[in-house]
Amino acid sequence: MNLTLKIWRQKGPQDKGQMVDYKVTDISEHMSFLEMMDVLNEQLINSGDEPVAFDHDCREGICGMCSMYINGEAHGPDRGVTTCQLHMRMFKDGDTITIEPFRAAAFPVIKDLVVDRMAFERIQQAGGYISINTSGNTQDGNAIPISKHAADEAMDAATCIGCGACVASCKNSSAMLFVGAKVSQYALLPQGQVEAADRVKNMVAQMDLEGFGNCTNTGACEIECPKGISLENIARMNREFLKANVKG
Amino acid sequence: MALDSKVPKGPIKDKWTDYKNHIDLVNPANKRNIDIIVVGTGLAGGSAAATLAELGYNVKAFAYQDSPRRAHSIAAQGGINAAKNYQGDGDSTYRLFYDTVKGGDYRSREANVYRLAEVSANIIDQCVAQGVPFARDYGGLLDNRSFGGVLVSRTFYAKGQTGQQLLLGAYSALNRQIARGKIEMFNRHEMLDVVKVDGKARGIIARNLITGEIERHSAHAVVIASGGYGNVYFLSTNAMGSNATAAWKIHKKGAYFANPCYTQIHPTCIPRSGDYQSKLTLMSESLRNDGRIWVPKNMDDVLAIREGRKKPTELSEEERDYYLERRYPAFGNLVPRDVASRAAKERCDAGYGVNATGEAVYLDFKTAINRYGKEQAKISGITNPSEAKIYELGQALIEEKYGNLFQMYEKIVDENPYKTPMMIYPATHYTMGGVWVDYNLMTTVPGLYCIGEANFSDHGANRLGASALMQGLADGYFVLPYTIGNYLSNDIRTGKISTDTTEFDEAEKEVKNKIDFFINNNGSKSVDYFHKRLGKVMWDKVGMARTEEGLKEAMSEIKAIREEFWKEVKVPGTAAEMNPELEKAGRVADFLELGELFAKDALDRNESCGGHFREESVELDGEQKGEAKRNDKDYAYVSAWEYKGEPADAVLHKEELEFKDIELKQRSYK
Repeated sequence: MNLTLKIWRQKGPQDKGQMVDYKVTDISEHMSFLEMMDVLNEQLINSGDEPVAFDHDCREGICGMCSMYINGEAHGPDRGVTTCQLHMRMFKDGDTITIEPFRAAAFPVIKDLVVDRMAFERIQQAGGYISINTSGNTQDGNAIPISKHAADEAMDAATCIGCGACVASCKNSSAMLFVGAKVSQYALLPQGQVEAADRVKNMVAQMDLEGFGNCTNTGACEIECPKGISLENIARMNREFLKANVKG
Repeated sequence: MALDSKVPKGPIKDKWTDYKNHIDLVNPANKRNIDIIVVGTGLAGGSAAATLAELGYNVKAFAYQDSPRRAHSIAAQGGINAAKNYQGDGDSTYRLFYDTVKGGDYRSREANVYRLAEVSANIIDQCVAQGVPFARDYGGLLDNRSFGGVLVSRTFYAKGQTGQQLLLGAYSALNRQIARGKIEMFNRHEMLDVVKVDGKARGIIARNLITGEIERHSAHAVVIASGGYGNVYFLSTNAMGSNATAAWKIHKKGAYFANPCYTQIHPTCIPRSGDYQSKLTLMSESLRNDGRIWVPKNMDDVLAIREGRKKPTELSEEERDYYLERRYPAFGNLVPRDVASRAAKERCDAGYGVNATGEAVYLDFKTAINRYGKEQAKISGITNPSEAKIYELGQALIEEKYGNLFQMYEKIVDENPYKTPMMIYPATHYTMGGVWVDYNLMTTVPGLYCIGEANFSDHGANRLGASALMQGLADGYFVLPYTIGNYLSNDIRTGKISTDTTEFDEAEKEVKNKIDFFINNNGSKSVDYFHKRLGKVMWDKVGMARTEEGLKEAMSEIKAIREEFWKEVKVPGTAAEMNPELEKAGRVADFLELGELFAKDALDRNESCGGHFREESVELDGEQKGEAKRNDKDYAYVSAWEYKGEPADAVLHKEELEFKDIELKQRSYK
């Protein structure tokens, strides 16, 4: 198939940036979206132009590196996939595809489609851990039984890949699905109880400091999340936050 | 230099304990004055950096991605082994040790493997304490599954995302230390050389991948944890950015490179669909528990399927060749990875591949769906169920077991694997070879360590499933933090290492010159053009089956591609900005050297063992006719290569392997 691509080009963080049109031809429906981008870049290199910079790594939907806002949706039109798992069979011959970076005040553009997601790192550093050293003398893994239900639910929350699609999809650029998922994973497990109050307070404080917006329950994040992280995690985070502040 | 593995004396089960009792320690006040650089923050590097910081050292950690959470350890699906014996099925440290050495086809160092088995149980406890949500049974205890090549159930898992959860565990430990200021994290940075002062590793040169700035970083010791070199094949299940640059740069500065020819080609990956293909996707090995592998018996059917005139489901049982069941009646579809991969290649080379590229075989769940369906019908008390009902019930059970994998397949291939058999083909997955290290995980350069997939030490010629995660975390959490302390105890009076020295000047100059060359070389071909050509030579001649003639051709062809690369490579953009093509150019330049050494090593090893199969070394008669033939008399050694300029001139040093606790046996799966 032959396609027209409208791609955001921006030389660096200070550059204003603009949409630029490109044509690609003979694209196979079996290609992944990023393979289509490879074809474009090879074409640009061969014609002496600069290739489009975009983040990507594992190309199997688990590392969370790839981003891209495709035709107005984070990770494009398919459901339950990252951009690297999106295939060209989702598009038709002659289509025009708009490709932009994830946009949020807390995710400044570095170059073209590459954004800086260090805000997520700082939120994790504020409390996304259990304070335990490596010693080799930790108690036996079976010493505290954990119900299968709680373990499975914690796993569902922990499945977040930290890509930022939730932020990019939210009209308020809220990071509450991301933060809620981490808070929930530990809140659901006995190991996480000791520091639960401090954790939720510190992570939420950092989230606010980074300039992410608030949640107004639109639910776009849940729909666009490639890993199906549930809105329940935001509710759980709110309960944890309330509990932590009431107890003091 | 003679190779000294520094394996402690004494009985194998006491070595590690005795070692720990006798090493020199560094007192907490002195640790604050010692800096350590860790390059790579996947399972091995991340766990090492976190633990070293907890101990009190100042750590600088480097990752090329924007976060340590993106390292390719995250993609490991199946699980992590540990000799916990929670199932009471007879598991023990010795048995895990034995299985790993045997699975590695008797080409690993006994003492290292025993230590790995010994610390494996601690890893699970540590990860549980960190909040890793391992699968639990209904009683709330940790669940296990079984994996290929062993007779016990010792694999711990978190759905099909065990690597992800373990990496996020290490990442959380890392974040805790970053927040405390004990780790300085350098995301989007790439190490481009190691700096040696007075023969010791004392720092690195790194490039800031956002600004292009070249930076100097000093330390008292340097740890390389940069993963494997599978991308030398261009197509592999590795991440796009996975590279061998850190490992290769230290090789060029004196670290020996061991057993590069030991590569694992995984049998169940989604086949290539065209020339634009950028990477391959693995389907968990667990699928072979219920899937039957076949190709058509008759060439007419092969052609009809390829041309779309026939569907695989139309072929009767008599028209199908279940070649693994035919060749290996005892193990059938559950033969180890290397055997399954070679058998698929044999059929496809003979022309029986079932897709357009001729490189695919079927993995069929029809038999399992029927069997499960009948069972379920019986359990539900349905008498005389219809064919459709049986299929429906069976499909539901398969979906419960492998749903996420079937969905992933359908997304990529656009075919429903419940209705039509999956197509699979082998792909490069893991590299057992790597930088040579002694028992301390130190390379042949003092103060320079190498851990995780980047080193060669524990898997011999073939790695068992669920062992990579185990080794990465064992090295990082429980081994290196002890061994590196023993070395650093001599550095407490050294003081801060200056970066303002001629050694740093020279290393930086060399790095800058290379970058300037790429930017200014007005070539005509992209980096990928050369990478793809290298990959094709590697796959065709240094892939699943190797011959003397092919390997010699590969060496000269790779050399030719390398020479053309340095003349014709084209890198757009500038050095002082984010420039992904420039990053790739440096990595491919290193792969073009590593690939040749890889072929040279494969040429030297005229035996078939594990992932390395030489067509000249097969059993000639008897029940094992045509199978891989290992040669313990001549090749029971580790090949450690010393850099001498051109890869073809590398000098071989042998570490003879001694097997005191395990008897050497030929593997048989007939």
